[in-house]
Amino acid sequence: MKKIMILLFVSLFSFSVNSNAKSITLGWAAWDPANALQELTKEFTAETGIDVNFEFVPWPNFADRMLNELNNKGKTFDLLIGDSQWIGAGAVYGHYVKLNDFFDKEGISMNDFSPATVYAYSTWPKGSENYYALPAMGDALAWAYRKDWFDRPELNSEFKKKHGYDLGVPANWNQLHDMCSFFQGREIDGQKRYGAAINTERGSEGITMGVTAAMYAWGMEYENPNKPYDMEGFFNSPQAVEAVEFYRKLYEDCAPPGHSDAYMVANLDAYKSGQVAFQMNWYAFWPGVSKEDSDGRVSGFFANPKQNVAAATLGGQGISVVKYSDKQDLALEYIKWFARPDVQQKWWDLGGYSCHNDVLNSPSFPTSTVYAQGFLDSMGIVKDFWQEPTFVELMLPMQEAIHDYVVNGKGTAKGALDKIIEEWVEVFEADGKL
Amino acid sequence: MSVKKKFKGLSDKAVAWLFIGPSVFLLLAINIYPLIYAIRMSFTNFYANKIGREPQFVGLKNYIKVLNKEAIWEKMQVTANFMFWTLLLQAVIGLGLALLLNRKFKGNELLTTLIVLPMMLSPAVVGVFWTYLYNPQVGLFNYVINFFHDFGSFDMIGSSVLAPWSIVIVDTWMWTPFTMLICLAGLRSVPNYLYEAAEVDRASKWQQFIYITLPSVLPFLLLALLFRGIENFKMFDMVVELTSGGPGSATELASINLKREAFEKWKTGYSSAFAVILFVTIFGFGNVYVKVMNKIKER
Amino acid sequence: MDTSRSYLEPSSFSKKLAATIIIVYTVITLIPISWMVMTSFKNVNSAISYPPEVFFEPSLEGYVNLFTNRSRQSQEYLDSLPPPENWYEELVRSREMVITGPSKFLGRYSNSMIIGFGSTFASVFLGALAAYAFSRFRVPLKDDLLFFILSTRMFPPIAVAVPIFIMYRKLGLGDTHLGMIILYTVVNLSLAVWLLKGFMDEIPKEYEEAAMIDGYSRLQAFFKVVLPQAMTGIAATAIFCMIFSWNEYAFAVLLTQFNAQTAPPFIPTIIGEGGLDWPAIGAGTTLFLLPVMIFTIILRKHLLRGITFGAVRK
Repeated sequence: MKKIMILLFVSLFSFSVNSNAKSITLGWAAWDPANALQELTKEFTAETGIDVNFEFVPWPNFADRMLNELNNKGKTFDLLIGDSQWIGAGAVYGHYVKLNDFFDKEGISMNDFSPATVYAYSTWPKGSENYYALPAMGDALAWAYRKDWFDRPELNSEFKKKHGYDLGVPANWNQLHDMCSFFQGREIDGQKRYGAAINTERGSEGITMGVTAAMYAWGMEYENPNKPYDMEGFFNSPQAVEAVEFYRKLYEDCAPPGHSDAYMVANLDAYKSGQVAFQMNWYAFWPGVSKEDSDGRVSGFFANPKQNVAAATLGGQGISVVKYSDKQDLALEYIKWFARPDVQQKWWDLGGYSCHNDVLNSPSFPTSTVYAQGFLDSMGIVKDFWQEPTFVELMLPMQEAIHDYVVNGKGTAKGALDKIIEEWVEVFEADGKL
Repeated sequence: MSVKKKFKGLSDKAVAWLFIGPSVFLLLAINIYPLIYAIRMSFTNFYANKIGREPQFVGLKNYIKVLNKEAIWEKMQVTANFMFWTLLLQAVIGLGLALLLNRKFKGNELLTTLIVLPMMLSPAVVGVFWTYLYNPQVGLFNYVINFFHDFGSFDMIGSSVLAPWSIVIVDTWMWTPFTMLICLAGLRSVPNYLYEAAEVDRASKWQQFIYITLPSVLPFLLLALLFRGIENFKMFDMVVELTSGGPGSATELASINLKREAFEKWKTGYSSAFAVILFVTIFGFGNVYVKVMNKIKER
Repeated sequence: MDTSRSYLEPSSFSKKLAATIIIVYTVITLIPISWMVMTSFKNVNSAISYPPEVFFEPSLEGYVNLFTNRSRQSQEYLDSLPPPENWYEELVRSREMVITGPSKFLGRYSNSMIIGFGSTFASVFLGALAAYAFSRFRVPLKDDLLFFILSTRMFPPIAVAVPIFIMYRKLGLGDTHLGMIILYTVVNLSLAVWLLKGFMDEIPKEYEEAAMIDGYSRLQAFFKVVLPQAMTGIAATAIFCMIFSWNEYAFAVLLTQFNAQTAPPFIPTIIGEGGLDWPAIGAGTTLFLLPVMIFTIILRKHLLRGITFGAVRK
């Protein structure tokens, strides 16, 4: 017994000690692109002899855990692919290394990257020339649909009889609703199908990322453009209220049963198991979705439909060097490698979304995949949630109020938005911004 | 006591302190000090994620804020509802099972061990795998229910009507064995001669149950409910993983809300006040309960 | 005695009825656990088929997925790679994926073990010392102290987690094995002291007094006479402490991030490539619950005592 215990302990400890003189740790969310990056990085290790350890944190805890680590000045990470909203905190609290000098020295120019991504993922204050990250993964919220069902003549003629136009990529949210409710409860190939898998997750950022897709399209602004942090009449404008009401209608009329706490993974599941005609999700997943088409499933993709304006919810991340790391030099070496055009091209080939102009502007890009053109379109119209250092505190009340209204059916849309503003005012006051 | 002096080595008193000291020190350092710290923070506007900002003393403001917040009372109500149903179900089913097991049929020890398994499992992991069982599309739970009566697809976790029941069901599944085991111990503690005497007096089985069995088991049952009550008031892990407080806040128990305030919004001062209030509540109720329990025992 | 038995012993019919009801309950109560174990041997598709499949072709896919990270790639790319070296790579390739590296499961599992064993050892050791003192000596304010020790168990973990979090941050104990070992040791102390005091009370004082008359010091008597006598109790207590540390979630999720994260906060976060991976979650759950089930069976005689902190003994 004793011997077994000793053996056990020795094996445990020898396992936990991973000794390689040159190794760095990279943190990101646990999702398909992260695995693709791990595959891509095998080349970096082969080239430089530097081992890269990966810590992938699931989305629901991603912000929580990473920001906590940064606040604790933890040394776990040398490189972090942090969400776009964190850039404010990363810069203001000094979690991220400012990369300007490094870029100048290595001849990396931000002009080589798509301007929208540089603005969104790298700069703080927004639009300045202070860079705290290299755009790593361009992303926006978009839609996938069952092209094979759309192409069936009998379904199309039935739809056209009812609505007077053809099934296809919806031109606006009203058409989206027409199509989703057309499929809701319909039997296709002996299985009951539903309309759309949309974001409804309560715990982290899911439902906010979904509802804002509608709110942006209706023309919502967070604040008075002339008076920062003045939200009354902007965030809860009649258009914004209408958008939230519409989102609830979409949820009630078109979501599959049990879709009350769904985000990326649940949407993928509902779609892949053939339950729904549409899914809302990030571009990040389309490589996987399109590669997995089988059993006659053909997927089509489109950018977020417009309503009053064309807009899409921004996703995506830049890669940053953590200030508390002891191995900043190795981390910078990784960024230097990653910024190389040939590596960026391979990144796109393996299923990552490169933001490099050489990749995006290459003549073959728009046709390289079925979703490439949509991606280019989306990245021109993206809008993001608050990127304030306090964005977590801003996200939480929005999650609660919207979920309570959309999923739980409590209160009114106006009431929910008013409640959010009330909490936001409190957050901004505590932060000294109001 | 004076005899002890004759033995060699440390005096008993020294040994006693040497033995108890480390434990008491650790408890003071890791339990009592944090508690005092929490009480102190509850009077400030401290934000634990904003490093370098000096917290200011705000008096009772946090307490007033907590007690005036409608949402907090909603959460307390959710907690109370959860506690009421779980305790009731676990008391009834647990006692019932104990009475059956007390018939000492063959194999009853093996069955007892098997029944007990769920309560030894990690509540968080249990929460995870019940989300699979409750899945309205592919879940076993829904399939079984529909097998008996076709309700169509229903969503235990997503519907605000059913979600509170989803957590009650899982908690009952997990913890009924707990009351069962303790009641069983109570039943086995009843001396046989009481029943013998009752038989001699020609008391019916029902009378025996009311006048002998029930009064002897009651203190045990109350003890079990005390333990369960405290645990369910603190309930966090299983529910977080099962419903994460949703839909909306239909299953957001007090401690889940506390976690959100403390570790997501980082309102450290405010959440400390909330924690202190919860703490006083659990201690207050616990004390009253123990007094009542002792009275019943004395009878 | 024989005559009394005839009317005290339940009739054979009522025994059979009771046995039937209990067996039905046992079967129902075990279904969720068995279902999870079964799911771990399904493949991703049969795990989400409806009606649920009771009979299926067993597969190790769940276990392979549990231990690896995978990326879905085009057939072209897969063909450009060297051929698979072993059965699990082959399995993954057959699903048009490539293994990109090991998952974190093994690390989290061993964290659970290190923290579990470490804290169990510490709390049982400290608990045995304190329990012995409470059992044998006249300690001032003994009842109050004992009640104080028990009452620490009533603290909602979330309520003390904030100050502990801040304290650990200052001391550099956040997200470390040592920090978690200390924390779980303290949480388990109340249980260890109360349980072991019960066991020590049952050991006759005369044993160590005889030893001391033979020239042992109090300490020697404790280590050489009392501890061996209390071995069963210590083992039972240790298992209870181990199970608690093993299952603990609230502190683990709040105070650990990466280095010292244990399995319970990790298992819920297992997701597959591009969707939920129930077989992998099932596999993780099965591997995690297995030790506890074995312990429960070993422990069955002391179960009652353990769960009531020694308040109920038989």
